[in-house]
Amino acid sequence: MKSILKVKGLHVEIPLAAGPLNAVRDVGFEMKRGETVALVGESGCGKSLTALSLMDLLPRSAKRRAEVLLFNEQDLLKTSEREMADIRGNQMAMVFQEPMTSLNPCYTIGDQLEEAFMQHRKASRSETRKRAVQFLDRVGITAATSRLRQYPHQLSGGLRQRVMIAMALMCGPSLMIADEPTTALDVTIQAQILSLLASLQKEFEMGLILITHDLGIVARMADRVIVMYCGQVVETGSAVDLFENPLHPYTRGLLDCIPVLGKTKPGEHLGSIPGLVPTPIGELVGCSFYNRCSSSRPECAVELIEVKEISPGRSYRCLLSPDVCFRERGGEATR
Amino acid sequence: MVAYFLRRWLLSLLVAITVSFISFMLLRLSGDPAKALAGESASAADIEFVRVKYGLDRPILIQYLDWAGRAMRGDLGESQFFKQRVTDILGNRLGVTMTLGGCALIFAVWVGIPLGILASLRPNTWVDRFALTLSVLGQAIPTFWFGLVMIIFFGVMLRWLPISGSDTWRHYIMPTIALGYYATPAFMRLTRTGMLEVLASDYIRTARAKGLRAGKIIFKHGLRNAIIPVVSLAAVQFGFMLGGSVVIESVFALHGIGFLAWESIARWDLPVVQAVVLLLSLIYVLLTFAADMLNAFLDPRIRVK
Amino acid sequence: MNPQGMVTGALGAGQGVVFPTPGQMMRRRAYRHYGFIFGGVILVLILAMALLAPWIAPHDPYYQDLERRLMPPIWQSNSTWNHPLGTDNLGRDYLSRLIYGARISLLIGLSAMFLSGLFGSSLGLIAGYFGGRIDMMVTFLITVRLALPVILVALAVVALIGSSLKVVILVLGLLIWERFAVVMRSSTQQLRSMDYVSAAKATGCSTPRILLAEILPNLMNNLIVVATLEMARAVLLEAALSFLGMGVQPPLPSWGLMVSEGKEFMFFNPYLITIPGIAIFLLVLSVNLLGDGIRDITAPESST
Repeated sequence: MKSILKVKGLHVEIPLAAGPLNAVRDVGFEMKRGETVALVGESGCGKSLTALSLMDLLPRSAKRRAEVLLFNEQDLLKTSEREMADIRGNQMAMVFQEPMTSLNPCYTIGDQLEEAFMQHRKASRSETRKRAVQFLDRVGITAATSRLRQYPHQLSGGLRQRVMIAMALMCGPSLMIADEPTTALDVTIQAQILSLLASLQKEFEMGLILITHDLGIVARMADRVIVMYCGQVVETGSAVDLFENPLHPYTRGLLDCIPVLGKTKPGEHLGSIPGLVPTPIGELVGCSFYNRCSSSRPECAVELIEVKEISPGRSYRCLLSPDVCFRERGGEATR
Repeated sequence: MVAYFLRRWLLSLLVAITVSFISFMLLRLSGDPAKALAGESASAADIEFVRVKYGLDRPILIQYLDWAGRAMRGDLGESQFFKQRVTDILGNRLGVTMTLGGCALIFAVWVGIPLGILASLRPNTWVDRFALTLSVLGQAIPTFWFGLVMIIFFGVMLRWLPISGSDTWRHYIMPTIALGYYATPAFMRLTRTGMLEVLASDYIRTARAKGLRAGKIIFKHGLRNAIIPVVSLAAVQFGFMLGGSVVIESVFALHGIGFLAWESIARWDLPVVQAVVLLLSLIYVLLTFAADMLNAFLDPRIRVK
Repeated sequence: MNPQGMVTGALGAGQGVVFPTPGQMMRRRAYRHYGFIFGGVILVLILAMALLAPWIAPHDPYYQDLERRLMPPIWQSNSTWNHPLGTDNLGRDYLSRLIYGARISLLIGLSAMFLSGLFGSSLGLIAGYFGGRIDMMVTFLITVRLALPVILVALAVVALIGSSLKVVILVLGLLIWERFAVVMRSSTQQLRSMDYVSAAKATGCSTPRILLAEILPNLMNNLIVVATLEMARAVLLEAALSFLGMGVQPPLPSWGLMVSEGKEFMFFNPYLITIPGIAIFLLVLSVNLLGDGIRDITAPESST
């Protein structure tokens, strides 16, 4: 499978009154076609901004720079706005978190489904309409033809999110980015939307970047996982590897927070990570997780910590060696 | 949708009735209307004669209903000064005022809205600041003075434009600008605010993520949503322009109903004054009603309520 | 190393970042806001001019010197420093009239503003707070008021009752209250569901007390902004009324009246209208800038 995305050294900086906010720091990863990559982290860790910087949809004040930013072998750092607009919605599509506000209330569903396809493919209205009906069907919306004439406020949240997904698929992109697509929906609808995404991805052989803070979703959907903390990538690997053998103390901490059916005894304390996420404003020194890490050493506070790759696709950003991590984890598991 | 229409129509009707009552009562402010109508040099007997002739000895409510009834049939009384039916006089002059108001509105819309869009696309840059400065300065200039200054400059010094009367389209240029510039900032600001808000919304982000062309995003998705409050503003401003035309019409000697009203006030030709106030108020009520209906058409969400 | 390992350790700057306080930010905005400063300075100057009129005006504004009629201001030829801004068609010193005219504009502007502010805000407050029928009635009143053509009604009423300073103030005050009502109403509506209002109600505060002590203070900056706008409007309206002959009566030196009196001679003596016009412009501009400035400084999110 060929690589569709290669990112290295991605930085996003947002100027604030108190200083420049380094929202995304030295983020790098690769992705192959047909893969589902989960981008995990808590609110404010920079995962949404990373996705937006791929599409070049950052807010006007934000500044993006990267060493490498290749999409399907095309250098995104050198594309003009016009060329970028041709890529967006066409080869690279995004589904956002809030289905309630992501559709224009003044136009019908049909209009909004059709406009991108008609522009990118220069197709006729009837062709596009047929395709729109097909896709609405495919995302599980009944009575697709009459739905086309409806307005967004006439649909429920779950239906609107399906429409957003259909809209993202219309031009057959090779990469879909879904930013917390189910967070704003009912739990019962969440499962439906997720399995829809999974089957669509297989059918259309798309790369899927799934941004989420929910490890349950990661376990269900992801082939590979990228863990972000405070703007940096702290660990990457296959989902299996990550869950069985987390290398970074933050990942460990996240996994410890999850109650496991069968393992966690009733009345037992759930893990939690003490402390608060620091604000990445101004000059930054040392490890971001330092103030909350139980395995920290003095060196962690001052050294520049690079990403260590222990095998292709498996890397982490920590001074501790892999066996130390294993020992630390083993030590805590026998609490 | 029908319920909404009926409710608004009923409300407009109520406002119209109240406003007509106020215009009717306006005459009574001077004290004894019979004395006013009879004139300065009238004797007591003359005044009594006038009182009976015009039915001014009846209860107020009856007088009002009588007047309103006749007004609805198009009879607005007779002008003391012209000795003609008020309706006829108004008919002659209304065209001038409507033309002036319409042109001024077009001016304000065609200058204000594009400026507002430009300012919203480049917020806090020199374009934005320029537009805002222009609007702050514009709102401080008294209309009558602006009219006079234009007359001196364009009419006398440069001799480009005629300075009074309403014969040709050239006669309307300066009055249009004098009447329209004051409303331009309102349109500019409303468009700018609306566009800024809309451009920051999620559905614009979606439109950008779909790779739509910038023009399409600004006009099809952005302006379409931002323009909704501007429609109401246009209706209201047109109403204000018609009402405020008295100043411009006097400065430029345009024979519209504003000028007529002013002259009639000076001449104590009260039926005319009453009729003009009534007419302008009713036009305003009609305009706002039409704007509400247009709003419901433009914003699908309103129709459901 | 610091025992906590936090401050000097990871992201030292991240821990030591200082965000300015709201008060500091407000003061910073005030000093940088050119409009506010400019408007404030001009308004203070005009105010000073009005208050100190008897001492700074070189002549009596009513004294007619028919031999020195229509003398041009000093930047033109045939002028004299005795009358720096020239004289009008009755030989009255224009500078003195200008200075005394400030009194009239300010008096009418402030009085009409207070009157309409009192009336409109009260209506808006009770409409916003009590809602229901009272709200419906007030909204109806506002709609009716909006339908009436202000200038025409003002002209008619002044003509019928008789024009004088008091009448102009009264008429304007009773006509331009609608924006106060609208703004107060919507602000009150937003505030009445605030927790501190519920708390006051729960502790048994009487309604007038709630309105005056809890709600009104929070509306003050909105109120002040609207007040400045309405004052500017009152000044412009008085000028227009006087210009049309239905405002302040001669020989009072109202700026609008000065434009009207100078109109006949403006083709050869344009200064007769430009000078009072600029004065009106400056007053209205400064008041507007002040209002915009206050709004930007106290609540920058709500600025257009």
